[in-house]
Amino acid sequence: MPPDARPKSTGGGSHVASRLAQQDPAFVRWLLILACVAVMGLLVVLPVVAVFAEAFREGFATYWANITEPDTIHSIGLTLFVAPIVVVVNVIFGLAAAWAISRFQFRGRTILTTMIDLPFAVSAVVVGLAFMLLFGQQGLLGPWLKSLGIEVAFNVTAIILVTTFVTLPFVARELIPVMEAIGSDEEVAAVSLGANGWQIFWRITLPNIKWGLLYGVILCNARAMGEYGAAAVVSGRIEGKTQTMPLRIEYLEQSFNSPAAFAVASLLTLLAIGTLVLKVWVERLTRQEIQEAARAADTGGAH
Amino acid sequence: MASLANRRVLPGFRMSVSFTLMYLAVLIVVPLFAVLLRASSMTTADFVRAVWTPQARAAYALTFGASLIAAVIDVGLGLLLAWVLVRYDFPGKRILDSLIDLPFALPTAVAGLVYSSLYAPKGWMGQFLVPLGIHAAYSRLAVVVVLVFIGLPFVVRALEPVLESLDPELEEAAACLGASRWTTVWCVVIPHLYPAILTGFALTLARGIGEYGSVVFVSGNKPFQTEIAPYLIVQKLEAFQYKEATAIATVLLAASFALLIVINFLERQRARHAT
Repeated sequence: MPPDARPKSTGGGSHVASRLAQQDPAFVRWLLILACVAVMGLLVVLPVVAVFAEAFREGFATYWANITEPDTIHSIGLTLFVAPIVVVVNVIFGLAAAWAISRFQFRGRTILTTMIDLPFAVSAVVVGLAFMLLFGQQGLLGPWLKSLGIEVAFNVTAIILVTTFVTLPFVARELIPVMEAIGSDEEVAAVSLGANGWQIFWRITLPNIKWGLLYGVILCNARAMGEYGAAAVVSGRIEGKTQTMPLRIEYLEQSFNSPAAFAVASLLTLLAIGTLVLKVWVERLTRQEIQEAARAADTGGAH
Repeated sequence: MASLANRRVLPGFRMSVSFTLMYLAVLIVVPLFAVLLRASSMTTADFVRAVWTPQARAAYALTFGASLIAAVIDVGLGLLLAWVLVRYDFPGKRILDSLIDLPFALPTAVAGLVYSSLYAPKGWMGQFLVPLGIHAAYSRLAVVVVLVFIGLPFVVRALEPVLESLDPELEEAAACLGASRWTTVWCVVIPHLYPAILTGFALTLARGIGEYGSVVFVSGNKPFQTEIAPYLIVQKLEAFQYKEATAIATVLLAASFALLIVINFLERQRARHAT
């Protein structure tokens, strides 16, 4: 399951900290803060710095040559092709699943929720194997599809399928709690005023959930671009054909071209950093919106 | 919120439920069913022979052992980080907070690549650690270290909301009754966090058992020593030993299902306590 990243309630922290009984002695405070900084520095910051240091070890010209090498360019293109498809498909699924689960009570609802979580728990390698058993040469559907002229295994289609499996929960998991928290009052009101399904979705639901949706998209995209284990199994890792960026990193590393591997890794690290920056930005916007709504409610009540 | 009455009022019940079911069936149920189907086509003796080789046993031991150790370490680190981020104010807190999610956003192949180079004998960390006899690359320790990194966000994010919503009166009462700060934290606060700690622990464990991308880069993949179970599956697949691969995958799948059920149970317990 993804770490819970819903915008936290703010304001609570500062007045809680001011309560005397909850205060730790100053030296304990600073000791613990220092320990945190050390842990994060060692575990997270150092590796990120090292990626860029290794990528630029032989200068910018080499870095650029490594990035613009034709097969690397192809892998970047492939990743940029696969990820948007996966994101769009999982957004459609996420919206449908969140609507079903947050708006209706039906038998099997909890089983449905558990099933959405399943890809978090299953190893990516097992996912790859499962799709090979379906679409491989000795697979259940492989020979039949081949007779129709469709080849899935060792193909971009297989990469798209497994990546969709692996990133399936992200959008739905982000949307369900948001939609449950908002409730269905506004939508029910819209129905009573004669709105149809699409009008409700575009004018009420979507504006309400837009930040949650955006955050789900960001996460889903980051994971889609970084998917390695399942793609490694089903893609066949054919250079210049089915090599996504993470697979390219592995290939370059194994051919002892470490600077090139780190050059590709630096791009994916930028993606991760960008994802975090976007996340902070989305959280800030959500907070502002909540505050504005509260203020509007206050002035509305005063009149 | 979600009520039976909604079904008569709000549109899209049939459409959304049937689309969700179809999508899950095609993408999740059918592929996983294919694994079980292939596994069930083996005789019991064949299955046991495939999943219980000495090499496979060593791989399970490493996969489960390293994930367990990493999850325990992450509980410790998670407690520390969540405590500091919720309770204290200090410059740079926002940055520290957003960095927690980096292991989640960073592709695992990148994590594996950079960790193996950091702790290799000539790496930034390795040049100091290797002379001390600490080999944190291409070893079992390397597997634990990279799993600690991968699982870091889970415990922190599970703990933060619980710690934030903890009633301050609990600690005031303890202090009024003469408990020292240490006793208060240890005997009053931490027990309230047990369910969240357990959830975070189970999530980290599940992630660690399934993890492949980062581990293959750092472990060296030596049979009987640093080979994890998912790597064994890939090996069997590359040798076109689909049966053996499927058998080992079934074992991992069973572990995933069991953990998922535990996690769901824990979350439902927590939801019940909250209301």
